Amino acid sequence: MDAVSRAAWKRAFAGAALLALFAVIGAGTLALTEWLTRERIAARERVYTLETLNAVLAAARYDNDLMKDLITVREPELLGTPAPVPIYRARRNGRPVAAILLPVAPDGYSGPIRLMVGINVDGSVSGVRVTAHRETPGLGDGIEIGKSDWIRQFTDRSVSDVDEWAVARDGGEFDQLSGATVTSRAVVEAVRDALLYFDSHREQIFAAPTEPSPP
Amino acid sequence: MNDSFADIIRDGLWRRNVGLVQLLGLCPLLAVSTSFIYGLGLGLATTAVLLGSNIAVSSIRRIVPREIRIPAFVMIIASLVTAVELLTNAYLHELYRILGIFIPLIVTNCAIIGRAEAFASRNGIVPSALDGLMTGLGFTLALVLLGSLREIVGSGTLFANADLLFGPWAAVLELTLIPAYGGFVLALLPPGAFFGLGLLIALKNVIERRAAERVRPAMPVAVEP
Repeated sequence: MDAVSRAAWKRAFAGAALLALFAVIGAGTLALTEWLTRERIAARERVYTLETLNAVLAAARYDNDLMKDLITVREPELLGTPAPVPIYRARRNGRPVAAILLPVAPDGYSGPIRLMVGINVDGSVSGVRVTAHRETPGLGDGIEIGKSDWIRQFTDRSVSDVDEWAVARDGGEFDQLSGATVTSRAVVEAVRDALLYFDSHREQIFAAPTEPSPP
Repeated sequence: MNDSFADIIRDGLWRRNVGLVQLLGLCPLLAVSTSFIYGLGLGLATTAVLLGSNIAVSSIRRIVPREIRIPAFVMIIASLVTAVELLTNAYLHELYRILGIFIPLIVTNCAIIGRAEAFASRNGIVPSALDGLMTGLGFTLALVLLGSLREIVGSGTLFANADLLFGPWAAVLELTLIPAYGGFVLALLPPGAFFGLGLLIALKNVIERRAAERVRPAMPVAVEP
């Protein structure tokens, strides 16, 4: 090997070694940050999930550890997604009080709308919240609790007559958000389907053994 | 030395403002600027990354050969962005939920690698840190101006959701500038971002032209900002 190519090899190796060193330093910094923030992030996530769960079901109504009493089901037809849907089960003194389903309204105006639906054991709604959506700001985003009270109209209702469960424009009993009929229709139908699913699977939902860890 | 520091500050904040003059980082600038607080949040996160990356790049500028400088910068910036993402998630959790994907996307902001390559790799640590800070604050300024404009026109409020950034006490900061305002949705939609940015750039040009006209008749001495 002549001197020129030896020098070139040397440069290349020095460069590679230096890059590897930077990679190690970068990875070390990240590992350290991750280690320092891991517990805090997990705690904040838990608080956030519990706060949303308690928004659809008052914390005073159950006494079990909601976050641990969890099953998942697959029901693409009624729950709007082929993915497993989590169901939290609320109990008081060991008796079922309510279940909280996380269905998806697949046909929102700009993609799927993720919901959290609390259903009392008698089949009535204890509360509904939207957890994620991409609806139009100023129109469809009225489904968010921070933007309007629209989502509260489901509370205490149950499916006695399926035909009532539509927006007013389609002859049903639910107001639509003005300028966002598609969005409103998607949410009303998703809540209705979640109730129908609950009605036909009530026993299985509360009897199923708890799954070891959340999805 | 004083003179060049003043230049760095003026360039970063105004003359070469990355948002309004160089038009870098448009994706986050246009997407997140729907309110004052969101703009401020993303602006400060970007500033933190710029400051860190400029300091890091400047301190290794003598030991990194030219051929591998870009991959080295990329690695530094990527690590810093991820660290900032983890910290926001841990300490500003609600804001993190709203800014979402735009925090990791800071990594694609050309302003960051641009300042690393054009400034920090050629200058000492102190000027580089100042440059990173000022460029970041300039970007924050553009985000905050556009955010305020769109928030006022779009929802009639200002400083809404301030508690996400400053803690619960800041909820009182929210101002309702136009009571019983139905909102002008266009300002909150993507086209509103382009209109708003266009207006801000035009405004900046007008201000500069006025300033230039005022200066011309006088003696060509040092111009105060």
